[in-house]
Amino acid sequence: MSTPRVRLPRSASAGEEIEIRTLIDHPMVTGLSSDNPRDMLARFDARMNGQTVLSYDFGNGSAANPTFTFYLRAAAPGDFEFIWTHEDGTEFRAEGSVSVS
Amino acid sequence: MTILTRRSFGALIGASAATLAAPSLLRANTTGRLVIIGGGFGGASAARFARITYPEVEVTLIEPYPTFITCPYGNLILGGKRELPQITHSYDGLRARGVTVLQDRAADIDPVAKSVRLASGADVGYDKLIVSPGIGLRWGAIEGYDEAAAQIFPHAWMGGDGSQITLLRQQLEALPEGGVVGLAIPGNPFRCPPGPYERISMIAHYLKQANPTAKILAFDAKEGFSKQGLFQDTWAELYGDMIEWVPGNQDGKIVRVDVENKLFISEFGEEHRVDVGNVIAPQFAAAIARDTGLADESGWVPVNSRTFEANAAADIHVIGDANIAAPLPKSGYIANSTSKTAVAAALAEMTGQPAPSDPVYFNTCYSHGGADYGFSVVGVFRPTDEGFAETPDSGGISPRGPLSELAENRRLEASYADAWYDSITRDMFS
Repeated sequence: MSTPRVRLPRSASAGEEIEIRTLIDHPMVTGLSSDNPRDMLARFDARMNGQTVLSYDFGNGSAANPTFTFYLRAAAPGDFEFIWTHEDGTEFRAEGSVSVS
Repeated sequence: MTILTRRSFGALIGASAATLAAPSLLRANTTGRLVIIGGGFGGASAARFARITYPEVEVTLIEPYPTFITCPYGNLILGGKRELPQITHSYDGLRARGVTVLQDRAADIDPVAKSVRLASGADVGYDKLIVSPGIGLRWGAIEGYDEAAAQIFPHAWMGGDGSQITLLRQQLEALPEGGVVGLAIPGNPFRCPPGPYERISMIAHYLKQANPTAKILAFDAKEGFSKQGLFQDTWAELYGDMIEWVPGNQDGKIVRVDVENKLFISEFGEEHRVDVGNVIAPQFAAAIARDTGLADESGWVPVNSRTFEANAAADIHVIGDANIAAPLPKSGYIANSTSKTAVAAALAEMTGQPAPSDPVYFNTCYSHGGADYGFSVVGVFRPTDEGFAETPDSGGISPRGPLSELAENRRLEASYADAWYDSITRDMFS
Protein backbone atom coordinates (compact mmCIF):
# COMPACT_ATOMS: atom_id res chain seq x y z
CA MET A 1 0.00 0.00 0.00
CA SER A 2 1.81 3.10 1.28
CA THR A 3 -0.18 5.38 -1.00
CA PRO A 4 0.89 8.96 -0.26
CA ARG A 5 -1.82 11.61 -0.56
CA VAL A 6 -1.56 15.37 -0.35
CA ARG A 7 -4.08 18.17 -0.49
CA LEU A 8 -3.11 21.77 -1.10
CA PRO A 9 -4.74 24.67 -2.91
CA ARG A 10 -3.93 25.14 -6.59
CA SER A 11 -3.61 28.88 -6.14
CA ALA A 12 -3.42 31.49 -3.41
CA SER A 13 -3.10 35.25 -3.17
CA ALA A 14 0.22 36.66 -1.99
CA GLY A 15 0.46 36.58 1.80
CA GLU A 16 -2.50 34.20 2.20
CA GLU A 17 -2.20 31.37 4.72
CA ILE A 18 -2.59 28.05 2.94
CA GLU A 19 -3.43 24.67 4.45
CA ILE A 20 -1.46 21.58 3.43
CA ARG A 21 -2.66 18.14 4.40
CA THR A 22 -0.87 14.86 3.90
CA LEU A 23 -1.80 11.25 4.53
CA ILE A 24 0.03 8.01 3.88
CA ASP A 25 -1.34 4.49 4.24
CA HIS A 26 1.14 2.73 6.44
CA PRO A 27 0.64 0.21 9.28
CA MET A 28 3.50 1.62 11.45
CA VAL A 29 4.16 -1.72 13.13
CA THR A 30 6.66 -1.39 15.99
CA GLY A 31 7.29 -5.12 16.25
CA LEU A 32 7.00 -4.90 20.01
CA SER A 33 3.48 -6.15 20.60
CA SER A 34 2.84 -8.77 17.94
CA ASP A 35 4.53 -11.41 15.87
CA ASN A 36 4.66 -9.03 12.92
CA PRO A 37 8.15 -7.74 12.15
CA ARG A 38 8.92 -4.06 12.60
CA ASP A 39 7.67 -1.96 9.69
CA MET A 40 8.03 1.75 10.43
CA LEU A 41 8.50 5.00 8.60
CA ALA A 42 11.48 6.92 9.94
CA ARG A 43 10.92 10.43 8.65
CA PHE A 44 8.65 12.85 6.83
CA ASP A 45 9.96 15.85 4.91
CA ALA A 46 8.06 18.61 3.14
CA ARG A 47 10.08 20.82 0.80
CA MET A 48 9.08 23.99 -0.99
CA ASN A 49 11.25 25.02 -3.95
CA GLY A 50 13.95 22.70 -2.63
CA GLN A 51 13.91 24.16 0.90
CA THR A 52 12.75 22.06 3.84
CA VAL A 53 9.65 23.62 5.42
CA LEU A 54 8.74 20.75 7.74
CA SER A 55 10.48 17.58 8.87
CA TYR A 56 9.40 15.03 11.40
CA ASP A 57 11.07 11.94 12.88
CA PHE A 58 8.57 9.19 13.58
CA GLY A 59 8.82 7.24 16.83
CA ASN A 60 7.18 4.13 18.19
CA GLY A 61 4.22 6.20 19.37
CA SER A 62 3.18 7.14 15.85
CA ALA A 63 -0.26 5.94 14.76
CA ALA A 64 -0.96 3.95 11.64
CA ASN A 65 -1.70 6.01 8.52
CA PRO A 66 0.03 9.14 9.82
CA THR A 67 -1.43 12.44 8.70
CA PHE A 68 -0.05 15.97 8.90
CA THR A 69 -1.87 19.26 8.55
CA PHE A 70 0.26 22.40 8.46
CA TYR A 71 0.00 25.98 7.34
CA LEU A 72 2.28 28.22 5.29
CA ARG A 73 2.08 31.81 4.27
CA ALA A 74 2.27 31.93 0.49
CA ALA A 75 4.75 34.62 -0.46
CA ALA A 76 5.77 33.20 -3.81
CA PRO A 77 4.72 30.34 -6.10
CA GLY A 78 5.79 27.03 -4.65
CA ASP A 79 6.68 23.60 -5.99
CA PHE A 80 6.29 21.12 -3.19
CA GLU A 81 7.84 17.72 -2.60
CA PHE A 82 6.67 15.43 0.17
CA ILE A 83 8.90 12.52 1.11
CA TRP A 84 8.22 9.69 3.56
CA THR A 85 11.36 7.65 4.28
CA HIS A 86 11.06 4.11 5.63
CA GLU A 87 13.54 2.80 8.18
CA ASP A 88 14.83 0.51 5.43
CA GLY A 89 15.60 3.55 3.26
CA THR A 90 12.67 3.23 0.84
CA GLU A 91 11.17 6.57 -0.11
CA PHE A 92 7.53 7.36 -0.94
CA ARG A 93 6.97 10.64 -2.70
CA ALA A 94 4.20 13.03 -3.65
CA GLU A 95 4.31 16.43 -5.34
CA GLY A 96 2.16 19.49 -5.75
CA SER A 97 2.38 23.15 -6.62
CA VAL A 98 0.66 26.35 -5.63
CA SER A 99 0.51 29.38 -7.88
CA VAL A 100 0.52 32.76 -6.17
CA SER A 101 -1.04 35.87 -7.64
CA MET B 1 -50.60 31.48 34.19
CA THR B 2 -50.01 30.74 37.86
CA ILE B 3 -48.79 27.23 38.49
CA LEU B 4 -50.91 25.53 41.12
CA THR B 5 -49.64 22.65 43.14
CA ARG B 6 -52.07 19.83 43.73
CA ARG B 7 -52.41 20.89 47.36
CA SER B 8 -53.11 24.55 46.69
CA PHE B 9 -55.43 23.59 43.85
CA GLY B 10 -57.52 21.50 46.24
CA ALA B 11 -57.63 24.33 48.72
CA LEU B 12 -58.69 26.74 46.02
CA ILE B 13 -61.61 24.58 45.00
CA GLY B 14 -62.90 24.57 48.56
CA ALA B 15 -62.39 28.24 49.05
CA SER B 16 -63.91 29.43 45.85
CA ALA B 17 -66.88 27.20 45.19
CA ALA B 18 -68.97 30.32 44.79
CA THR B 19 -66.77 31.59 41.96
CA LEU B 20 -66.60 28.49 39.80
CA ALA B 21 -67.34 30.51 36.72
CA ALA B 22 -64.27 32.69 37.24
CA PRO B 23 -61.91 32.48 34.24
CA SER B 24 -59.04 31.14 36.30
CA LEU B 25 -61.00 28.01 37.05
CA LEU B 26 -62.33 27.25 33.61
CA ARG B 27 -59.53 24.70 33.23
CA ALA B 28 -60.64 23.04 36.41
CA ASN B 29 -59.42 19.53 35.60
CA THR B 30 -55.84 20.40 34.81
CA THR B 31 -52.91 21.30 37.00
CA GLY B 32 -50.88 22.70 34.15
CA ARG B 33 -50.01 22.47 30.51
CA LEU B 34 -47.21 20.28 29.18
CA VAL B 35 -46.46 20.93 25.52
CA ILE B 36 -44.21 18.58 23.58
CA ILE B 37 -42.51 19.42 20.28
CA GLY B 38 -41.83 16.31 18.22
CA GLY B 39 -43.65 12.98 18.19
CA GLY B 40 -40.73 10.57 17.90
CA PHE B 41 -38.96 8.34 20.39
CA GLY B 42 -38.51 11.20 22.87
CA GLY B 43 -41.74 13.13 22.38
CA ALA B 44 -44.23 10.29 21.99
CA SER B 45 -42.72 8.48 24.99
CA ALA B 46 -42.93 11.70 27.00
CA ALA B 47 -46.58 12.27 26.05
CA ARG B 48 -47.68 8.76 26.94
CA PHE B 49 -45.69 8.70 30.20
CA ALA B 50 -47.09 12.09 31.22
CA ARG B 51 -50.70 11.06 30.61
CA ILE B 52 -50.30 7.84 32.60
CA THR B 53 -48.29 9.27 35.48
CA TYR B 54 -49.76 12.76 35.80
CA PRO B 55 -53.35 12.49 34.55
CA GLU B 56 -54.17 15.95 35.90
CA VAL B 57 -51.70 17.56 33.45
CA GLU B 58 -52.91 18.65 30.02
CA VAL B 59 -50.61 17.28 27.29
CA THR B 60 -50.29 18.71 23.78
CA LEU B 61 -48.05 17.10 21.17
CA ILE B 62 -46.93 19.12 18.13
CA GLU B 63 -45.80 16.95 15.23
CA PRO B 64 -45.76 17.85 11.53
CA TYR B 65 -46.26 14.33 10.16
CA PRO B 66 -49.57 12.46 10.47
CA THR B 67 -47.79 9.22 11.39
CA PHE B 68 -44.35 8.31 12.73
CA ILE B 69 -41.94 6.19 10.73
CA THR B 70 -39.18 4.82 12.94
CA CYS B 71 -35.53 5.04 11.93
CA PRO B 72 -34.85 1.85 13.92
CA TYR B 73 -35.86 -1.04 11.68
CA GLY B 74 -35.70 1.23 8.62
CA ASN B 75 -32.58 -0.67 7.59
CA LEU B 76 -34.66 -3.86 7.57
CA ILE B 77 -36.68 -2.38 4.72
CA LEU B 78 -33.42 -2.22 2.76
CA GLY B 79 -32.73 -5.82 3.74
CA GLY B 80 -36.18 -6.92 2.56
CA LYS B 81 -37.15 -8.06 6.05
CA ARG B 82 -39.81 -5.38 6.71
CA GLU B 83 -42.25 -3.23 4.73
CA LEU B 84 -42.90 0.45 5.42
CA PRO B 85 -46.35 -0.03 7.05
CA GLN B 86 -44.71 -2.28 9.66
CA ILE B 87 -42.58 0.60 10.94
CA THR B 88 -45.28 3.29 10.60
CA HIS B 89 -47.12 4.25 13.78
CA SER B 90 -50.35 6.17 14.36
CA TYR B 91 -50.91 8.84 17.01
CA ASP B 92 -54.43 7.53 17.66
CA GLY B 93 -53.26 5.63 20.74
CA LEU B 94 -51.97 8.86 22.26
CA ARG B 95 -55.17 10.67 21.31
CA ALA B 96 -57.15 7.94 23.07
CA ARG B 97 -55.08 8.65 26.18
CA GLY B 98 -56.12 12.28 26.08
CA VAL B 99 -53.11 13.80 24.32
CA THR B 100 -54.03 16.72 22.07
CA VAL B 101 -52.10 15.99 18.87
CA LEU B 102 -51.59 19.03 16.66
CA GLN B 103 -50.40 18.12 13.18
CA ASP B 104 -48.31 21.21 12.65
CA ARG B 105 -44.73 22.39 12.72
CA ALA B 106 -43.34 24.33 15.68
CA ALA B 107 -41.92 27.48 14.08
CA ASP B 108 -40.78 29.46 17.11
CA ILE B 109 -40.69 29.44 20.91
CA ASP B 110 -41.25 32.47 23.13
CA PRO B 111 -39.65 31.48 26.46
CA VAL B 112 -40.85 34.68 28.17
CA ALA B 113 -44.52 34.51 27.19
CA LYS B 114 -44.11 30.69 27.37
CA SER B 115 -45.76 29.83 24.10
CA VAL B 116 -44.97 27.94 20.92
CA ARG B 117 -45.74 29.57 17.58
CA LEU B 118 -47.00 27.06 15.03
CA ALA B 119 -46.27 27.25 11.31
CA SER B 120 -50.03 27.71 10.81
CA GLY B 121 -49.78 30.90 12.90
CA ALA B 122 -51.48 29.78 16.12
CA ASP B 123 -49.81 30.10 19.52
CA VAL B 124 -49.83 27.27 22.05
CA GLY B 125 -49.14 28.32 25.63
CA TYR B 126 -47.23 26.06 28.00
CA ASP B 127 -46.19 25.84 31.60
CA LYS B 128 -43.49 23.30 30.76
CA LEU B 129 -42.13 22.51 27.34
CA ILE B 130 -40.45 19.33 26.15
CA VAL B 131 -38.46 19.80 22.94
CA SER B 132 -37.70 16.56 21.13
CA PRO B 133 -37.40 17.57 17.48
CA GLY B 134 -34.58 15.23 16.43
CA ILE B 135 -31.91 16.17 13.95
CA GLY B 136 -31.42 18.38 10.95
CA LEU B 137 -28.99 17.65 8.14
CA ARG B 138 -26.16 20.09 7.52
CA TRP B 139 -26.90 20.71 3.87
CA GLY B 140 -23.75 21.82 2.11
CA ALA B 141 -21.39 20.41 4.75
CA ILE B 142 -20.55 17.89 2.05
CA GLU B 143 -20.12 20.13 -0.98
CA GLY B 144 -22.89 19.54 -3.50
CA TYR B 145 -25.15 17.71 -1.05
CA ASP B 146 -28.40 19.65 -0.70
CA GLU B 147 -32.09 18.78 -0.64
CA ALA B 148 -32.17 18.34 -4.42
CA ALA B 149 -29.13 16.06 -4.34
CA ALA B 150 -30.90 13.93 -1.71
CA GLN B 151 -33.39 12.95 -4.42
CA ILE B 152 -30.51 11.24 -6.26
CA PHE B 153 -28.25 10.24 -3.37
CA PRO B 154 -30.81 9.66 -0.58
CA HIS B 155 -29.77 10.11 3.04
CA ALA B 156 -32.64 7.97 4.40
CA TRP B 157 -31.62 9.12 7.88
CA MET B 158 -34.91 10.71 8.99
CA GLY B 159 -38.25 8.91 8.92
CA GLY B 160 -40.25 11.88 7.60
CA ASP B 161 -42.87 10.75 5.10
CA GLY B 162 -40.99 7.53 4.30
CA SER B 163 -39.96 8.69 0.84
CA GLN B 164 -36.21 8.61 1.53
CA ILE B 165 -35.98 5.01 2.72
CA THR B 166 -38.37 3.99 -0.07
CA LEU B 167 -36.17 5.72 -2.65
CA LEU B 168 -33.04 4.00 -1.39
CA ARG B 169 -34.79 0.62 -1.46
CA GLN B 170 -35.96 1.22 -5.04
CA GLN B 171 -32.47 2.24 -6.10
CA LEU B 172 -31.04 -0.96 -4.61
CA GLU B 173 -33.64 -2.98 -6.51
CA ALA B 174 -32.62 -1.20 -9.73
CA LEU B 175 -28.87 -1.61 -9.12
CA PRO B 176 -27.19 -3.00 -12.25
CA GLU B 177 -25.71 -6.47 -11.93
CA GLY B 178 -22.34 -6.15 -10.20
CA GLY B 179 -22.98 -2.47 -9.48
CA VAL B 180 -21.47 -0.37 -6.70
CA VAL B 181 -23.36 0.94 -3.67
CA GLY B 182 -21.51 3.79 -1.97
CA LEU B 183 -22.16 5.05 1.54
CA ALA B 184 -20.78 8.27 3.01
CA ILE B 185 -20.73 8.08 6.81
CA PRO B 186 -20.18 11.13 9.02
CA GLY B 187 -17.93 11.84 11.99
CA ASN B 188 -19.29 11.89 15.55
CA PRO B 189 -21.73 12.86 16.87
CA PHE B 190 -24.61 11.69 14.73
CA ARG B 191 -27.95 9.90 15.09
CA CYS B 192 -27.72 6.16 15.79
CA PRO B 193 -23.99 5.33 16.04
CA PRO B 194 -24.32 1.69 14.84
CA GLY B 195 -26.98 2.59 12.23
CA PRO B 196 -24.73 3.02 9.19
CA TYR B 197 -23.08 -0.35 9.81
CA GLU B 198 -26.38 -2.16 10.29
CA ARG B 199 -27.41 -0.51 7.03
CA ILE B 200 -24.31 -1.87 5.28
CA SER B 201 -25.19 -5.32 6.65
CA MET B 202 -28.82 -5.15 5.55
CA ILE B 203 -27.92 -3.90 2.07
CA ALA B 204 -25.45 -6.79 1.81
CA HIS B 205 -28.13 -9.20 3.03
CA TYR B 206 -30.39 -8.07 0.20
CA LEU B 207 -27.68 -7.98 -2.46
CA LYS B 208 -26.33 -11.41 -1.54
CA GLN B 209 -29.59 -12.85 -2.82
CA ALA B 210 -30.57 -10.34 -5.51
CA ASN B 211 -27.23 -9.20 -6.94
CA PRO B 212 -24.40 -11.27 -5.50
CA THR B 213 -21.60 -9.71 -7.57
CA ALA B 214 -22.46 -6.19 -6.39
CA LYS B 215 -20.04 -4.23 -4.17
CA ILE B 216 -20.58 -2.00 -1.17
CA LEU B 217 -18.03 0.77 -0.62
CA ALA B 218 -18.49 2.42 2.76
CA PHE B 219 -16.54 5.66 3.14
CA ASP B 220 -16.24 6.83 6.71
CA ALA B 221 -15.03 10.11 8.18
CA LYS B 222 -14.03 8.15 11.29
CA GLU B 223 -11.38 5.56 12.12
CA GLY B 224 -13.62 3.41 14.29
CA PHE B 225 -17.29 2.82 15.04
CA SER B 226 -19.82 1.26 17.39
CA LYS B 227 -19.72 -2.54 17.65
CA GLN B 228 -16.95 -2.50 15.03
CA GLY B 229 -15.57 -5.95 15.80
CA LEU B 230 -19.01 -7.55 15.70
CA PHE B 231 -19.91 -5.87 12.43
CA GLN B 232 -16.63 -6.70 10.75
CA ASP B 233 -16.93 -10.34 11.91
CA THR B 234 -20.42 -10.40 10.42
CA TRP B 235 -19.30 -8.97 7.11
CA ALA B 236 -16.47 -11.46 6.79
CA GLU B 237 -18.65 -14.40 7.83
CA LEU B 238 -21.77 -13.66 5.82
CA TYR B 239 -20.76 -11.49 2.89
CA GLY B 240 -17.18 -12.41 1.96
CA ASP B 241 -15.54 -9.59 0.03
CA MET B 242 -18.73 -7.76 -0.92
CA ILE B 243 -18.11 -4.97 1.63
CA GLU B 244 -15.15 -2.61 1.75
CA TRP B 245 -15.00 -0.13 4.63
CA VAL B 246 -12.62 2.81 4.11
CA PRO B 247 -11.79 4.69 7.33
CA GLY B 248 -10.98 8.37 7.60
CA ASN B 249 -7.27 7.70 7.96
CA GLN B 250 -7.30 5.92 4.61
CA ASP B 251 -8.94 8.86 2.87
CA GLY B 252 -12.47 7.68 3.65
CA LYS B 253 -13.87 11.13 4.40
CA ILE B 254 -16.16 12.25 1.58
CA VAL B 255 -16.07 16.04 1.19
CA ARG B 256 -17.92 16.52 -2.10
CA VAL B 257 -20.53 14.71 -4.17
CA ASP B 258 -21.35 15.10 -7.86
CA VAL B 259 -24.85 13.75 -8.35
CA GLU B 260 -24.84 14.25 -12.13
CA ASN B 261 -21.82 12.01 -12.60
CA LYS B 262 -22.62 9.89 -9.53
CA LEU B 263 -19.30 10.60 -7.83
CA PHE B 264 -18.13 10.66 -4.23
CA ILE B 265 -14.99 12.80 -3.87
CA SER B 266 -12.69 12.20 -0.91
CA GLU B 267 -10.73 14.63 1.23
CA PHE B 268 -7.58 14.00 -0.82
CA GLY B 269 -9.36 14.28 -4.12
CA GLU B 270 -10.02 10.67 -5.11
CA GLU B 271 -13.15 10.22 -7.20
CA HIS B 272 -15.27 7.14 -6.59
CA ARG B 273 -18.04 6.32 -9.05
CA VAL B 274 -21.11 4.72 -7.50
CA ASP B 275 -24.34 3.40 -8.97
CA VAL B 276 -26.30 4.01 -5.78
CA GLY B 277 -25.12 6.62 -3.29
CA ASN B 278 -26.36 6.85 0.28
CA VAL B 279 -25.08 10.04 1.89
CA ILE B 280 -25.55 10.03 5.64
CA ALA B 281 -24.79 13.72 5.92
CA PRO B 282 -23.31 15.49 8.95
CA GLN B 283 -26.01 16.56 11.39
CA PHE B 284 -27.04 19.01 14.09
CA ALA B 285 -30.14 19.58 16.19
CA ALA B 286 -33.35 20.22 14.24
CA ALA B 287 -34.02 23.82 13.20
CA ILE B 288 -36.42 24.67 16.04
CA ALA B 289 -33.64 23.99 18.59
CA ARG B 290 -31.07 26.07 16.70
CA ASP B 291 -33.25 28.97 15.56
CA THR B 292 -34.44 29.61 19.11
CA GLY B 293 -30.94 29.74 20.62
CA LEU B 294 -31.32 26.52 22.60
CA ALA B 295 -28.38 24.98 20.76
CA ASP B 296 -24.84 26.24 21.28
CA GLU B 297 -22.15 26.73 18.62
CA SER B 298 -21.78 22.94 18.33
CA GLY B 299 -25.26 22.82 16.80
CA TRP B 300 -26.58 20.66 19.68
CA VAL B 301 -28.40 21.63 22.88
CA PRO B 302 -26.54 21.50 26.21
CA VAL B 303 -28.80 20.34 29.04
CA ASN B 304 -28.87 19.73 32.77
CA SER B 305 -27.96 16.08 33.26
CA ARG B 306 -30.65 15.48 35.93
CA THR B 307 -33.59 17.35 34.44
CA PHE B 308 -32.74 17.82 30.73
CA GLU B 309 -33.66 21.48 31.16
CA ALA B 310 -31.82 23.47 28.49
CA ASN B 311 -28.92 25.53 29.80
CA ALA B 312 -30.23 28.42 27.70
CA ALA B 313 -33.85 28.59 28.91
CA ALA B 314 -35.90 27.76 31.99
CA ASP B 315 -38.91 25.43 31.73
CA ILE B 316 -37.73 24.00 28.40
CA HIS B 317 -36.44 20.43 28.55
CA VAL B 318 -34.63 19.06 25.50
CA ILE B 319 -34.44 15.31 24.96
CA GLY B 320 -33.55 12.89 22.20
CA ASP B 321 -31.01 13.34 19.45
CA ALA B 322 -31.14 17.17 19.60
CA ASN B 323 -29.26 17.43 22.89
CA ILE B 324 -25.61 16.91 23.82
CA ALA B 325 -25.48 14.25 26.48
CA ALA B 326 -22.35 12.25 25.64
CA PRO B 327 -21.57 9.51 26.48
CA LEU B 328 -25.30 8.82 26.09
CA PRO B 329 -25.68 7.78 22.45
CA LYS B 330 -28.16 9.44 20.12
CA SER B 331 -30.51 6.47 20.10
CA GLY B 332 -34.25 5.88 20.23
CA TYR B 333 -33.85 3.94 23.44
CA ILE B 334 -32.02 6.82 25.18
CA ALA B 335 -34.70 9.25 23.96
CA ASN B 336 -37.35 6.98 25.46
CA SER B 337 -35.44 6.39 28.70
CA THR B 338 -34.55 10.03 29.29
CA SER B 339 -38.02 11.29 28.33
CA LYS B 340 -39.45 9.93 31.56
CA THR B 341 -36.83 11.63 33.73
CA ALA B 342 -37.34 14.87 31.83
CA VAL B 343 -41.14 14.75 32.26
CA ALA B 344 -40.90 13.85 35.96
CA ALA B 345 -38.39 16.67 36.56
CA ALA B 346 -40.44 19.17 34.56
CA LEU B 347 -43.72 18.36 36.28
CA ALA B 348 -42.42 17.86 39.83
CA GLU B 349 -43.18 21.37 40.99
CA MET B 350 -46.66 21.71 39.52
CA THR B 351 -47.81 18.23 40.53
CA GLY B 352 -46.23 18.28 43.97
CA GLN B 353 -44.43 15.03 43.29
CA PRO B 354 -40.68 14.69 43.86
CA ALA B 355 -38.27 15.02 40.96
CA PRO B 356 -36.12 11.94 40.33
CA SER B 357 -33.25 12.18 42.82
CA ASP B 358 -30.95 9.53 41.35
CA PRO B 359 -31.93 9.10 37.71
CA VAL B 360 -30.47 6.25 35.66
CA TYR B 361 -30.46 6.24 31.87
CA PHE B 362 -30.53 2.97 29.98
CA ASN B 363 -29.58 2.17 26.44
CA THR B 364 -29.66 -0.98 24.39
CA CYS B 365 -28.85 -0.88 20.69
CA TYR B 366 -29.63 -4.04 18.77
CA SER B 367 -28.33 -4.45 15.25
CA HIS B 368 -29.29 -6.96 12.60
CA GLY B 369 -26.36 -8.38 10.67
CA GLY B 370 -28.27 -10.82 8.50
CA ALA B 371 -31.11 -13.33 8.65
CA ASP B 372 -31.62 -14.46 12.27
CA TYR B 373 -28.40 -12.70 13.13
CA GLY B 374 -28.48 -10.02 15.81
CA PHE B 375 -26.17 -8.52 18.41
CA SER B 376 -26.31 -5.68 20.88
CA VAL B 377 -24.55 -3.22 23.12
CA VAL B 378 -25.96 -2.14 26.48
CA GLY B 379 -25.04 0.98 28.42
CA VAL B 380 -26.12 2.32 31.81
CA PHE B 381 -25.50 5.99 32.56
CA ARG B 382 -25.96 8.44 35.42
CA PRO B 383 -25.69 12.18 35.82
CA THR B 384 -22.53 13.65 37.33
CA ASP B 385 -21.73 17.18 38.40
CA GLU B 386 -20.07 17.77 35.03
CA GLY B 387 -22.59 16.01 32.81
CA PHE B 388 -23.15 12.33 32.22
CA ALA B 389 -21.03 9.24 32.81
CA GLU B 390 -21.29 5.55 32.04
CA THR B 391 -21.77 3.60 35.26
CA PRO B 392 -18.61 1.54 35.94
CA ASP B 393 -18.85 -2.25 35.47
CA SER B 394 -22.29 -1.98 33.88
CA GLY B 395 -23.58 -2.71 30.42
CA GLY B 396 -21.88 -4.97 27.95
CA ILE B 397 -21.64 -6.14 24.39
CA SER B 398 -22.45 -9.40 22.58
CA PRO B 399 -19.67 -11.98 22.48
CA ARG B 400 -17.41 -12.31 19.45
CA GLY B 401 -16.41 -15.62 17.99
CA PRO B 402 -17.00 -17.97 15.07
CA LEU B 403 -20.57 -18.20 13.85
CA SER B 404 -20.41 -21.99 14.25
CA GLU B 405 -20.27 -21.43 18.02
CA LEU B 406 -22.53 -18.39 18.27
CA ALA B 407 -25.35 -19.11 15.80
CA GLU B 408 -27.89 -19.74 18.56
CA ASN B 409 -26.80 -16.60 20.41
CA ARG B 410 -27.14 -14.51 17.23
CA ARG B 411 -30.56 -16.04 16.46
CA LEU B 412 -31.81 -15.27 19.97
CA GLU B 413 -30.53 -11.69 19.84
CA ALA B 414 -32.35 -11.14 16.55
CA SER B 415 -35.58 -12.23 18.23
CA TYR B 416 -34.81 -10.04 21.26
CA ALA B 417 -34.36 -7.14 18.86
CA ASP B 418 -37.80 -7.77 17.38
CA ALA B 419 -39.27 -7.91 20.88
CA TRP B 420 -37.46 -4.70 21.81
CA TYR B 421 -38.98 -2.96 18.80
CA ASP B 422 -42.48 -4.13 19.65
CA SER B 423 -42.22 -3.13 23.29
CA ILE B 424 -40.64 0.29 22.81
CA THR B 425 -43.11 1.32 20.12
CA ARG B 426 -45.93 0.26 22.46
CA ASP B 427 -44.34 2.38 25.17
CA MET B 428 -44.58 5.29 22.73
CA PHE B 429 -47.90 4.83 20.97
CA SER B 430 -50.26 2.39 22.69
